[in-house]
Amino acid sequence: MKKKVLSVLLAASMISALLAGCGSTPAQTDAPAAEEAAPAEEEAAPAEAASAEEAPAAEGEAAAAGEGTFALVTKSAGNPYNEREAAGFEEAMKAMGYSDSQIIIRHPESATADAQITTINELISQNVSAIAIAANDMDALQPVCEQAASQGIKIISLDSTVNAASRMTHVNQAGTQIIGQTLMDAVKDLAGGEGQWAILSATSQASNQNAWIAAMKEVMEGEDYAGLELVEVAYGDDEYQKSVDQTQALLTNYPDLKVICAPTTVGIMAAAGVLQDKNSEVKLTGLGLPSEMADYIGTDNVCPYMYLWNPIDVGRLGAYTSVALVNGDITGAAGETFTAGEMGGYEIVEASDGGTEIIVGPPFAFTPENIDEWKSVY
Amino acid sequence: MATKLGRTIIAEQPFSWKTFFLKWEWLLVILFLGINVMNASLSEYYLSGAGLFNATNSFLEKAFVALPMAYILVLGDIDISVGSTACLSAVMLAYFYNLGVPMGLCIVICLLTGTICGAINGLILTKFTELAPMIVTLGTQILYRGIAEAMLGDEARGGLSNVKWFSNLYWGKVGIIPIMLICFVVCAVVFGFVLHKTFFGRRLYAIGANKLAAEYAGIKVQKIRMIVFTLTGTFAAVTAIFLAARMGSTRADIATGYELEAIAMAVLGGFSTDGGKGKFPGLILAIFIVGMLRYGLGLINIASQFMLVVIGALLIITVMLPNIKSMFKIKKKA
Amino acid sequence: MEKKKFDWKKITGSREMSLVIVLIVLCVFVQIRNSSFLTGETLEDMFRNYAVIFILALGMMCVLLTGGIDISIGSTLAFSGMAAGLVMRDYMIPTPVSFLLSMAIGAGLGLVIGVVITKGKVPPIVCTLGFMNIYRGLTYLIAKSQWVAAYQFTDSFKNFALTKYLGFGIVNNMIAVTIYCYIIFFVVMKWTTVGRRVYAVGSNAEAAAVSGININHVKMGVYTLMGFLCGLGGSLWTSLYKSAQGDMATGIEMDVIAACVVGGVSLTGGRGSVVGVFLGSLTIAIIGKALPLIGVSQFWQSAIKGLIILVAVVLNVLAQRTMDKNNLKRREM
Repeated sequence: MKKKVLSVLLAASMISALLAGCGSTPAQTDAPAAEEAAPAEEEAAPAEAASAEEAPAAEGEAAAAGEGTFALVTKSAGNPYNEREAAGFEEAMKAMGYSDSQIIIRHPESATADAQITTINELISQNVSAIAIAANDMDALQPVCEQAASQGIKIISLDSTVNAASRMTHVNQAGTQIIGQTLMDAVKDLAGGEGQWAILSATSQASNQNAWIAAMKEVMEGEDYAGLELVEVAYGDDEYQKSVDQTQALLTNYPDLKVICAPTTVGIMAAAGVLQDKNSEVKLTGLGLPSEMADYIGTDNVCPYMYLWNPIDVGRLGAYTSVALVNGDITGAAGETFTAGEMGGYEIVEASDGGTEIIVGPPFAFTPENIDEWKSVY
Repeated sequence: MATKLGRTIIAEQPFSWKTFFLKWEWLLVILFLGINVMNASLSEYYLSGAGLFNATNSFLEKAFVALPMAYILVLGDIDISVGSTACLSAVMLAYFYNLGVPMGLCIVICLLTGTICGAINGLILTKFTELAPMIVTLGTQILYRGIAEAMLGDEARGGLSNVKWFSNLYWGKVGIIPIMLICFVVCAVVFGFVLHKTFFGRRLYAIGANKLAAEYAGIKVQKIRMIVFTLTGTFAAVTAIFLAARMGSTRADIATGYELEAIAMAVLGGFSTDGGKGKFPGLILAIFIVGMLRYGLGLINIASQFMLVVIGALLIITVMLPNIKSMFKIKKKA
Repeated sequence: MEKKKFDWKKITGSREMSLVIVLIVLCVFVQIRNSSFLTGETLEDMFRNYAVIFILALGMMCVLLTGGIDISIGSTLAFSGMAAGLVMRDYMIPTPVSFLLSMAIGAGLGLVIGVVITKGKVPPIVCTLGFMNIYRGLTYLIAKSQWVAAYQFTDSFKNFALTKYLGFGIVNNMIAVTIYCYIIFFVVMKWTTVGRRVYAVGSNAEAAAVSGININHVKMGVYTLMGFLCGLGGSLWTSLYKSAQGDMATGIEMDVIAACVVGGVSLTGGRGSVVGVFLGSLTIAIIGKALPLIGVSQFWQSAIKGLIILVAVVLNVLAQRTMDKNNLKRREM
């Protein structure tokens, strides 16, 4: 008897889970993320939140809701950075007066191009007006993007680009050259002008990281940086354990190492943990999430300062760009300008890969002074 | 032999509606219909003709490797290296293409790579029969993907979509029917025919049911295992071709987890990991059930976190259902 | 009678010898390439980073001994670690409570798997494949796709992986927990009826049933134990890395299974020892730790890892074969 009840209960609970999954509409599914993001922002970034608050009222009345559905495809599910990006996208869409049913936000199951292709295919079947993609692979999305474009869907990329042939324009969080320059300056500063340093990257084929590393190497050829010696580019595959192993190996292999630069959020976190545990003299900088790095940022701490951009802004500008393209305000050609709601005016510029891009702004520095303010935002 | 065969046929003769309808495949048919009805009512985009054919494009390339996986499960073996084999084959294809080798030859190289990978699995398994297939293919899983990583270095190899006919293998259509769907139907029919209508197929079941007995009956067990593992490698390469056509570029993380998806499809289709069980129509139904469910849920933009839960639950509940029934029966008798 | 027993011991001893030899060769090779490998600090790092794999391998051994397999452990670990992390973030519970909570959740998740496998008669690989997806999805859902960041943990929790109070001031807490687990498992598996029952179910289920062992209870027990250890692993993982992420420990099941099988645990059940599992886990840990140290190209590291696993497994078989031959010869004499 007991067994029977148990198995029935088990089956019932699973079926209910199944139904719960099927029953929820996209709006409901995406709602929690947005709800959560909004209050957090109000607390910590007063200036920005205030402008965002006013915007919907003004915009909502001025521009009656347009036609069409707008989709955002992030890199993967389960990552707070992507959630913030999505929250920004949704917020901007609503500010422009679009309803829940016109906004589709998709986080693919895994951080692969494969999963994104499947997702984009499903969006094509739904006849969406525009798709904004944070690409997991530059080239692999080209066939599916062409497919979408042939049906009149406007394709842009944001955060991480697709190749020039597949997109109308790219919303770049910060110019590749600027990131390279900023990180190199940070490395030089932390090393005290000269000495050995190493890079801890994500996977060996991550397109963003590779572009930044290439930009850094280019900057390093300048005379000002002659004293710096890049000893190794290690790959932690954005896996915690592997990143930790790689960091420890860097420390053992190069006793004179002065700085580690990790231009990836997982890598910088893992490296910070290792350096703190070992009370190492090696300094750390790179690109990291303020919430994850809050414990390690400090003048005497392992990471004196690091950089990132605001993923909420990246999402927001992605939304404004999509809408401008669909409305025909812009075509994605270099030299065009448009107004992105409360974010102000933006210009489309030539990108280094032959396409065009819109640059959100310079990377933002997180220092011991401002980290407490930002750690609860994202 | 003849009398034995005759006896089993007679034992199955009396036709009863009850046993006919209690077959595993009917459960799958019901599931399949249920999912289609659900999808159609949830999304207005689901039932458009071209849309349904397009839907098959989002899951069929994985299904090619599920076909030989069914053979492997019938044998009572398992192969978890197919994802890595597909990855390495696709990387070889792109690698040689970028060296200037004509695409036709690249495809041959790709198929050859897969076949060799499969043959290596088979060779180790048949030379060291003490080793469980799980662990050997786990080792080669890491090894093959590692080789792919080493070949690529820090860049992805792309440009494959410049060859229009190659890209069309995945994206092209005859009328409204995708080319890949046609290829799949042909392969599935051949695989089903071989499994159910030939001596080779019957030997697979014999080995799966009782390896030792099969060996005593004169079946060359190790030779057949070798053939099946090699074949699996070849079809992992077929998957690789479609995958490369789909993406137009390759990197070392493609086809991750395909092995588990293929196994899940086969098990859902009625093939047991213990060997000796399963029918091909069930596999085809299962492939379409999982694929259509994913596509339908994708159309209503369900969060992928839910998708994981739903797919997992579907797998477990479906496999458990018949057992719950039999549990009750036993209880009543006792 | 006496003599026979002695022989048996010698054989098990020497079967693991083949692995010990592989390990020694590996260590010597690495040591020649990089002299900082066999130092206290590197070794402590290694045991600390791989403590979770060492511990999970014990649970996996028990599951494999009964002829089952569990590929959901990464998801179970993530769910229990994440759940305990969330509770700590919101209520600042003391460290021991967090550990207990995580272990309880893990055991609960393991029990569900055990029940489905034994009562629902779902094959273990299929069942745990399903739960791998389900638990991972649920992990994202309970966390609302957020991570628990370092500053949200209490100091005592973060310091757990750095201090030595459980190791009597000699070894790090992480290593101490690993050692305790191995001692307990060694004793239980070798000298208690509980341990013998697990072996009995795996080597001959029918005989075990006839002799009065409730097979279903044993099976449910091993999956619950596996879940329990995943819960422990979840806490160790979050305290070691000071961060709980939804995708943590993805793919760890393959490393753990590899550790077991390299250590001589049979996938068909009934054969395997705690010492073997230790050596197997050590192999995986050394590969992970040593490859970055010997200056092999970054890109070749996983290929080499796969090759070493294959070689270790094949050598194990060859050793077994020669031993069987010697054994036969001795018998003939």
